[in-house]
Amino acid sequence: MTTSAFATTAATAGEKKEYWRWEESAWVDETMNWRDAKFITAGIDVGSVSSQAVVVCDGKLFGYSSMRTGSNSPDSARNAIKAVIEKCGMTLDNIHFVVGTGYGRVNVPFAHKAITEIACHARGANFMGGSAIRTILDMGGQDCKAIHCDEKGKVTNFLMNDKCAAGTGRGMEVIADLMQIPIAELGPRSFDVDEEPAAVSSVCVVFAKSEALGLLKAGWSKNKVVAAYCQAMAERVVALLERIGVEKEFFITGGIAKNPGVVRRIERILKLEAVKTKYDSQIAGALGAALFGYTLVQKQGVPAKAAAS
Amino acid sequence: MIANYGYKDGSGEYYISIDTDKCLQCPVEQACTRACPKNMFEIITDDYDDQVAAIKQAHRRTLAYDCTACKPAGGYASLPCASACTAGAIKHSW
Ligand code: SF4
Ligand code: SF4
Repeated sequence: MTTSAFATTAATAGEKKEYWRWEESAWVDETMNWRDAKFITAGIDVGSVSSQAVVVCDGKLFGYSSMRTGSNSPDSARNAIKAVIEKCGMTLDNIHFVVGTGYGRVNVPFAHKAITEIACHARGANFMGGSAIRTILDMGGQDCKAIHCDEKGKVTNFLMNDKCAAGTGRGMEVIADLMQIPIAELGPRSFDVDEEPAAVSSVCVVFAKSEALGLLKAGWSKNKVVAAYCQAMAERVVALLERIGVEKEFFITGGIAKNPGVVRRIERILKLEAVKTKYDSQIAGALGAALFGYTLVQKQGVPAKAAAS
Repeated sequence: MIANYGYKDGSGEYYISIDTDKCLQCPVEQACTRACPKNMFEIITDDYDDQVAAIKQAHRRTLAYDCTACKPAGGYASLPCASACTAGAIKHSW
């Protein structure tokens, strides 16, 4: 059921190839009939790089989309939900409760409530990875979060690093462009080296650029430079995780969860495997938001406007 | 919940941790919000609808600088925020 959002777009003749670009995606479960659901809820995660919409029918995942964030949050939110509902003949009026999350959460015009991405990622990870998940690492577009949660997916401890783009999706996109390697190939190619190199000394996207170019000049292969960058990212996020500690089971959400070059190196350092999931790791925040919506609509009932429609 | 606000950079780790479970029965009428000379604390409604203390967004990336007056290089015995919170909810990592 999962589609990879990290596919590359073929460059058309004459256009500059955008190696960082990943494919937008939308999916609905065609075996389900949303009209049978008592409560339909949606979560919209407007991040700095990508926006996701998830629709849940009576607490079950029905559909989702993952789109690139546009120039403003309201349009990005509309674009994300449109990509899901257009696939199944649903309209916004059919959705009983909408929760906004992520960096642009307060600017989702059709949301009934805004909840932070920290709480939503924990809830989403609990659904995707199971109730044994206790530690979540969310590697988002422009920040990185370490979260502990209980068996219900309620946050017990969190830490967020949004000071720079290192260790984030944006940082990976910069490296893809610099190395001219499609972003989906970065992970696999980082293992195609004779010998694992040491991490680059800086994961700061600005310094990493000049360091990477210096290494290429010194005769390193592109794959080796990518390996050194993936290792640096892994070391950096592990340092963040260590501040709150890692309790089993461990789960990774966000776009970088799809990059084995970083994930396997994190696992190597931690000597712990992350729980794998059949779902798209990038939808964790929006999924958690939709599940919060389901809990809220059961408790509070359908908000007035939606009830009238 | 333990909420960690702050960051790690080349010069060190700068986090203020707040044990928000303790805020639910704050024994000092949210004294943290009055004790900090930089007015860095605020009371928020968190995602689980609890009223808890938090560090204001504007200070989360600049803690090392913002707290310097309370942390002179010669050392310090107590911090206004941590002393005001008799529940012991506030901890600094540096
Ligand atoms: S941090 Fe301490 S003083 Fe402030 S609200 Fe919480 S318990 Fe009260
Ligand atoms: S150390 Fe001083 S400036 Fe820093 S949070 Fe505490 S009271 Fe405020």
